Amino acid sequence: MRVRVDTSKCQGHNRCYALAPELFDVDDLGTAFVLNDGVVPAGLEAKARLAEKNCPEYAIVIED
Amino acid sequence: MADIKDLETYLNEVYGPVTDWMTDFDHANPEYNENAHALWDEMRDKCPVAHTTRYGGTWLPVTHEYVSEIAYDTDRFTSRSVVVSRMKPSLAPDMPPAPIGTAPPISSDPPFHHDARRVMLPAFAPKKIAAWEGDVRALCNELLDNVEGQEVIDAAVDYAQHIPVNVIARMLGFPLEDSDLFRKFVHDVLEGVDEPVHVRQPKFDRLFDYISVQIEEHQANPREDLTSFLLNATIYDQPLSMRHVAGSIVLLLLAGIDTTWSAIGSSIWHLATTPADRERLVREPELMPTAIEEFLRAYAPVTMARLVKEDMDFHGCPMKAEDWVLLPFPAANRDPKEFADADKVIIDREENRHSAFGLGIHRCMGSNLARLELTIAVEEFLKRYPNFELSDTAGVKWSNGQIRGPRKLPVRILPNK
Repeated sequence: MRVRVDTSKCQGHNRCYALAPELFDVDDLGTAFVLNDGVVPAGLEAKARLAEKNCPEYAIVIED
Repeated sequence: MADIKDLETYLNEVYGPVTDWMTDFDHANPEYNENAHALWDEMRDKCPVAHTTRYGGTWLPVTHEYVSEIAYDTDRFTSRSVVVSRMKPSLAPDMPPAPIGTAPPISSDPPFHHDARRVMLPAFAPKKIAAWEGDVRALCNELLDNVEGQEVIDAAVDYAQHIPVNVIARMLGFPLEDSDLFRKFVHDVLEGVDEPVHVRQPKFDRLFDYISVQIEEHQANPREDLTSFLLNATIYDQPLSMRHVAGSIVLLLLAGIDTTWSAIGSSIWHLATTPADRERLVREPELMPTAIEEFLRAYAPVTMARLVKEDMDFHGCPMKAEDWVLLPFPAANRDPKEFADADKVIIDREENRHSAFGLGIHRCMGSNLARLELTIAVEEFLKRYPNFELSDTAGVKWSNGQIRGPRKLPVRILPNK
């Protein structure tokens, strides 16, 4: 599984970083970016989906 | 603003009672916030864009679809003023013009908005804000110590209202002893929206006069705080104008106070009236993060506003240039098309795309700080008082205007079971 942040949609709500800090981080402006090139390590798939389903801007994209 | 025939009357008439909430609503009428959830549900079924001729013409869309559409549409809707009152920017010639507005970046439109927001975002980034945790926890405990031993405490007046005021005063480097004054400014600007302009305008003047004094004091004695930060900040390689600095300070001072105070108060109100949720949170404190997000969804305090740029048709609504449009994110958060069981508070709700902090480019800059204050305030209150109830249901008083939350919240402290 891979995960991606659509930076044209991200507004810095910080939900993904709060819910899945193993997969996401935020820069100084609060914009999210993926860690590990977006590759979701085995066992963290549920966290990736949780981040996706809690983004108010629909900015997290999961690519299976 | 096609409806304004007589400007003096428009500015100074006293609004009467609401005759019909679907066609004559008044968001500043005390009944609005008291009954908001039921009103929004009724509007969603019947309208779903309510209208009133008050304030020179105001629209109120209540579905998630329409609220988000308007929030994202910065071409047809301007943020030049975000508080619906009779004081429209077009009637105030000395107000800074679009795309800057009175209190950048909340009052700004693209492209200036992006650059003004960039200046301030680093100060509110998650890691910067996390450093305040210890101070906020200490403050909450100090407030709880002050009412220790009382059988009844007002969780809004004795507790919630002090938390954001104290934190933002320290961040701005303003005198903590002026806290009462800050709350008065907040009340004047955000709750007195239906007052005639001749009553309202002098209150704004007093606010800007106060901020000018604080700016001068910081110019004479620069230090490590947000006021000095703004005085040193640059945009397009130039220092921010004094108007920009003062406007941004107005935003920081006002926007973080009764919004967060409302969220804390509403959360405590929920726990006072829903023993099962309170007991579960005491038993399972690991649910706090999802509970806080659910309180933010179900009791989102903030309704924003926009002005229509040019005459247009919005899903059949004939919107006129300069009409107000309220953006009730709290109503969007209760739309059953967007949320399962939208009317139920589910403290372990795992999927929660709520928009309590807005949607699009104006996402609340202070959201990380608000979440920190709300979480710690609820945690510390529950640690100290695991068992409490409303002491007087009729004594609960809700705010007036676009920020919804309890302003009086008497709770009786009960023995721990």
